[in-house]
Amino acid sequence: MTMRQDLPPPADRDPARIFEYQRAETWADAVELLGIWDDEAKILAGGQSLVPMLNLRLTYPGALIDVNPIPAAEPRVEDGRLVIDANTRHRAVAAAPAVRAHAPMLAHAVSFVGNVRVRNRGTFGGSLAHADPTAEIAAVALATGGDIVVLGPGGERTIPVDDFFVTYLTTALEPGDVVTGARLRTAENARWGFHEVVRRYSDFATVSVSALARPTGGRPDLRLVLGGVADRPVVVDRELLGPALDAPGDPVRARESAEAIAASLDPATDLHATAGYRRRLVAVHTRRLLQRVLGDEGGAA
Amino acid sequence: MIRTQVTLRVNGDDREVWVRNDRTLLDVLHDDLGMPDVRYGCAEGVCGTCTVLMDGEPVSACTLYAVQAEAHEIVTLHGWSDPRREPHPLQTCFLERGAAQCGFCTAGMLLTAATMAERDPDAGREEIRHELVGNLCRCTGYQAIVDAVEDYLHADGGDA
Repeated sequence: MTMRQDLPPPADRDPARIFEYQRAETWADAVELLGIWDDEAKILAGGQSLVPMLNLRLTYPGALIDVNPIPAAEPRVEDGRLVIDANTRHRAVAAAPAVRAHAPMLAHAVSFVGNVRVRNRGTFGGSLAHADPTAEIAAVALATGGDIVVLGPGGERTIPVDDFFVTYLTTALEPGDVVTGARLRTAENARWGFHEVVRRYSDFATVSVSALARPTGGRPDLRLVLGGVADRPVVVDRELLGPALDAPGDPVRARESAEAIAASLDPATDLHATAGYRRRLVAVHTRRLLQRVLGDEGGAA
Repeated sequence: MIRTQVTLRVNGDDREVWVRNDRTLLDVLHDDLGMPDVRYGCAEGVCGTCTVLMDGEPVSACTLYAVQAEAHEIVTLHGWSDPRREPHPLQTCFLERGAAQCGFCTAGMLLTAATMAERDPDAGREEIRHELVGNLCRCTGYQAIVDAVEDYLHADGGDA
C-alpha cells in the first residue's frame, strides 16, 4: 500500500473522499468494527441507496463495513413468527415460500422495490435500517407488526416495528447497532391490499397505502399504514378506521374513514406532489383498499 | 491513496487489478479494463446502462465497489454474446425490430431481457415491461424493444 495524495482526480470528476473498506464475516464482527470506527463507519449492505449517495458525494463515511459476506438463511417460521434475516435480498424475499405463505403482502410489495437490479442486490435489513419514509418494506413491515432484531455492543435485543422508524433516514438504532433481521407477525389468513402511487414505474412512492386485516372473532384486527406522507411510515389511528369497520365493504363508510384519515395528515409539499395532492391520493387509495380489504374480495392489490 | 489488489473473474477470465476502495465495478471494467460494453449513465442504479451479470443475475456495476466483486462471476455484454461470432437470437430480434438507435442502453436491455427469458420463458408484455423498467432508453420509446423481447420469447420453433 502506498500513499499518493498528489494524484489528480480522473477527468473532471469530484473524487469521493477515500474510505476504508472492511469486510465483516459475522454480525458480531460488524458491531466490533462499528465500535472501532466510532461513528465514522457506515454499514454497506446491498448498497442500492448508500452507494448512490456516495457516488453523488452526499455522504463521506470514514469506512464502509461490508456485511455482504454474512450469510442469510431462507426466510422461515420460528415460534409463530416469520423470521427474515437482514441480508436476505429483495428477490429472495419475494420468492421465499415462507414469505409468500405467511406474509403475502410483503412478497407482493417487494416486487415494486426499485428495479430488478435493486432487487437483486438490495437487502431486507438494509431497507429497514435506511428508513426511507416512502419505502415499501418499511410500510409493509409496520402494517404486519412484529420486532426488528438488533445486535449491539450490549448483545442482541428486539425493537418493536412500531418504535423503529423515528424520522427521515433515522431509526431507533444506537450508533453501535446493526439490524440482523426481523420477526414479523404472521398473516396467512389476513386480507390485505397494497397500493402505491409513483410518478414513474420503479420510482419512490409519492404515497403508499398498506392495509392488513387479520380475522378475529368479531371485527377484524385492521392495520393501515401510509408511506410518503410524513417523515416516516405512519400507522393510522384505530379510531379513524371505525366507520369503515362498522360497515365492512360499505363504500360510503369507507369513504368517511378515508377522508378523515386524509384530513388528519400534514404531508410535505415537494417537487413530486403538493400536500393537498398527497392527501387526495391518500383519500382515494385508502377508500378503495378499505372497501376491498374489509369487503368480500380481499386478497391482493 | 490506498490501493487493493483484486482478482476479478470477468467473462471467464481472471483479471488482476489494483483498485482504490472507492472505484466502482463500473469504473474498473470501463476505465481500467477498457470494456466499452459497460457504460456510465447515472451512477445511481436507475438507468441500467452499466448492467452486468453477477453470478448470473443483472446488477448495476455503478452501485457495487470493485473490491466487492472478488470471487463472483462477472459477465458483460461481450461475455454473453461474443461480437466475433454470430449474434445471439435476442440480438437478431432487436435488429429486426429496430429496437436500438444510439445503442447506449442496448447492452443493459439485452442482458436484463435474456436473464428474464431464462427464468420466465412465458413472460407476457406486462412482465417484460416490469422487468425492463430499470433500463432507460431515450431513443426508441420502448415499444420496439418490448416487441423484440416478445418476438424472442414467443418465436415459433426458435431458441426461446
